[in-house]
This record gives sequence, structure tokens and C-alpha cells, in this order.
Amino acid sequence: MAEEKFDACVVGAGPAGIAAALTLARGGADVIVLERGSAPGTKNVMGGILYRKMLQDLVPDFWKEAPIERPIAEEQAWLTSGENVVKLGFRSEAFAKEPYNSFSVLRARFDPWFAQQAEKAGAMLINETTVLDVIKEDGQVVGVRTDRKEGDVYADVVIAGDGAISWLSKKAGLQPDRPFPAEHLVVGCKEVIELPREVIEQRFNLKDNAGMSIELFGDVLRGNAGYAFLYTNKESLSLGLGVMLNDLMRTKQKPYELLDVLKAHPAVAPLIKDGEVREYAAKMIPEGGYPALPHLYGPGILVAGDAAMMTNAAHREGSNLAMEAGKLAGRAVLEAKARRDFSAASLARYEKLLEQSFVLKDLRRYRKLPHFIARSGEMLTVYPAMANMLAERFLTVSGMPKGEEQLAMLKETLRMRPLPRLIGDTWRALRAML
Amino acid sequence: MKADEKVTVEEKLGLVRFKHGKESHLSVIAEDVCVRCEGKWCTTICPAHVYEWSPEQNKVIVNWENCLETGACITGCPYANIQFQYPKGGKGVEFRYG
Repeated sequence: MAEEKFDACVVGAGPAGIAAALTLARGGADVIVLERGSAPGTKNVMGGILYRKMLQDLVPDFWKEAPIERPIAEEQAWLTSGENVVKLGFRSEAFAKEPYNSFSVLRARFDPWFAQQAEKAGAMLINETTVLDVIKEDGQVVGVRTDRKEGDVYADVVIAGDGAISWLSKKAGLQPDRPFPAEHLVVGCKEVIELPREVIEQRFNLKDNAGMSIELFGDVLRGNAGYAFLYTNKESLSLGLGVMLNDLMRTKQKPYELLDVLKAHPAVAPLIKDGEVREYAAKMIPEGGYPALPHLYGPGILVAGDAAMMTNAAHREGSNLAMEAGKLAGRAVLEAKARRDFSAASLARYEKLLEQSFVLKDLRRYRKLPHFIARSGEMLTVYPAMANMLAERFLTVSGMPKGEEQLAMLKETLRMRPLPRLIGDTWRALRAML
Repeated sequence: MKADEKVTVEEKLGLVRFKHGKESHLSVIAEDVCVRCEGKWCTTICPAHVYEWSPEQNKVIVNWENCLETGACITGCPYANIQFQYPKGGKGVEFRYG
């Protein structure tokens, strides 16, 4: 495709790839970005909440120009049981003001802007190019083969930011060339539902473009481990869910039917009423966590973002990990370039940088969580149901004396989850996160 | 399409923009494996309902034009009987919101 040889070839114009390209271009490296979509973002889906911090490190005050939807000022968690809901929430005036904490985004709008930042810094973006394989010479990755005519691209380093399936890291030998196990994957689907701005602000009690995020747990997912979400955009809502693939295979429920259950829930239906569905989308999220991480580097190649299983389900994080990892990949390649050494030993610097950052520290801390979640589908139904039972009985004035009522609540709690299991669940949940 | 309308997934997929090439990027490798497959999981896990069991034809029909390119089918087929490649550059699904 191009006769010249690049310092780096980035595969995939998502958060990881663009963060890497931006860092490299700013550091004076010749970098090419290959994207299989007709433009960045056309293949990319997330819920989606984008955290401010990591992007701000790359593009200060980005919210002034980036096509974000709304800064999230209120976060809620809904525990559902049948038609009932226990709602927990946190609202912050500080989250509604600069520099903000997080934003709702629509990736097909956000990603082209982010890619543009890398282009402005000097990176070359080539769309409509599917990468087929790595090119190796004496075991060293020296470029990629694309589906374009004369489509070989040569570079000192290839950065695989090619998303959840990441064939590239498999072809390069960074992870086994076989499908990921179902308990490492989440299948997500969502709808973007258009509503007038003032209707959204009225329904969600919002003003001045502040936004709300709601995560739903429990019954509404029909026994599948995972959660549903409802995020406010400027003039639309993102409503969707993500559930473990192993549970979907067990329960044989269809993702889009679960989405219909969610839409019909009496606490959700009034919020989306009269909305116009604009798009249905789906995505797979790699949530195998620390034990499932691939080799992060090899001779002439690095892997970052979803392609490297960099997500933190407990904190709804993914795109921010991808951006941080992309940035550090870029930095490691700049250092390797200064040394003129692109061997695995030289690129091991990338893993060092990741270990010093929150990326690997958090993934390691939560290493037991994916295993826990993959086996906790039942718990994710039982405890929201318990919360609803307790709330309902606490709030119902039945004429029963309070002492008797409380005893009945305790009995019912222990019927739903006997004491040894209550203790066991608590212990395992704490161990998974601490 | 109104948010509270009850619609099929095919109707939902009608809202999605696609740029299709001529050839399918998906295929079932050996049809007889599907006949013996006890779960036919591909027909339920795919969020785009690409795979459909046809009792008349005694095989899995692949509606590749509906593919949202999640890759769920690769893991979801316990017999590794699905061939999935990314569509050619610029082809396939094209999200407008994402």
C-alpha cells in the first residue's frame, strides 16, 4: 500500500489505537492507523460512559470541543425484583461542573473526533482497510497484511487495538488462537431512543445539559449475570444490557428479548415512552480480567484495549483503560525507537509502564472478580429480590406490631438465603474485590 | 419505530445501516454438525439473530446480512463450526450512533 516503512502501525481506530497514535505522532514518530470501517466509530459500540481523567491527560479540556453527550451528574443503581425497584443514587453538583467526572457518549460521533486529534498531530489514518495477518521476519513482527491490493504495511512496531475478538494478537501468538471461553465474554445490546431534550430533562430531573446514568440489576435480567443500563444523551437515551455469554448459553434467552423485557419494565417504560428508536446495536465485551490477559507484547508487537481484555466490570470501565494503555504503548514505542530496538525485551517496557499505572494494578486487584461474576447469576437475582422484600415490608403499614414484622422480615431473609450461604456470599464478594 | 412498540429483532435491524459486499463473511463449516448439535446455541446467543434453524431444510440458515460483527457466534458454537471473518474493509455494519 505504501512503499515507506512506518515507525508504528496501529490496527484499529478505537480508544486504545488512537491514544497510541496520538502519543506517537506527538513524539515525532511516523505512524499509520488502519481502520476497517468507512470511518472511525462505525464499528464501535459502548453503553456508554466515558471517564474524563484519561482523555484529559491526552487532550486537555476536551469537553469544550469533543462531541460528548452529557456530563453525568447523577448515578443510580436500581435493584429490580418483579415489578418492584429499590433505587440507590448519588447526585453531585461538582460532577455537573468542569472538569466533570464522566460523560455519556455515542461512539460513532465521538471516535471520529478522537481520531482527528491524532491526525492533527501527524498520524496517517487509512479507513476501509481490514487487516488479515501480521507479517513476520525471523519471528519478528515487521508489519501487517491488509485486504487492499498491494496492501502490505511495514512498520517497526504493530500495535493491535483491534477490539474484543483481536485476531491480530492471536495471529501474532500473543494469545492462543482459539475462541475465548464463554465465561470471559459479555454480550451487550442496546437501543438509542430519541426524545426531545426538554422531555429528557423533565423525566430525569436534569438541567443545563447535565446527565444521568442508571444501572439496573436483578430480575430484569431474568437470571443472567450482568446488568442493564439507561444513560441520558443530549437528545436520546441509550438503553441496553450486557450479560455473560455462558449464562446466555445456559438460559437460552436471546439478548434482544431481554432488551424487550427491560423496555417493558414498569419503572423503565415511562422513561422511554413516545421515544423514537434510532438504532439497535450490539457488542461483545471481554471480561476475563487479569487471569485471561494475553501476552501484552512480543517482538515488534503490542496489544491494548479490548484486544487485551482491559476492562473493569465492577467499575464500568473499559474505554478509559484502553486510552491509558494506548498512551503507554505509544510511550514504550517512542522509547524503543530511541534505542532502535524493537525486540520483545525492549518492548517489555510497555508492561512495566502498565504495571506502574492503574491499568494492571486494578486488573490484578480485581483478578477474582470475573470468575465470581461468571458464577453469580443467581446471587445477582437473590439479593435485589431480598432488598425489595425488606423495603416493601418496612414501608407497608399492615397493622402487624413492628416487633413481629421485623421477625418476619428476618425469617423471610433467611428463607431466601440461609445464614451459611449469606456469610459465604459476603466473603466471596469481598474477596473478589479486596 | 416507537420505543414501546413490540417489534421483532429483524425490524430492529432494519434501523441499522449496512454496506454489504457480495460475499458472506460468515459460514457454517460442516452442516451435519449442526444437525447433531443438541443446543443450537448460535440461534439464541447472536444479538442479531443471524443463525436460524430450518427444520424443513434440516440446516442452519445464515442471515449474514444482519451481522453486527460482535463475534459471539465464534465462542457460542461449542463445535467451532462457524467461520467468521471481518467483512472487507469498508463493508458490513456501519453504526451511526454506536
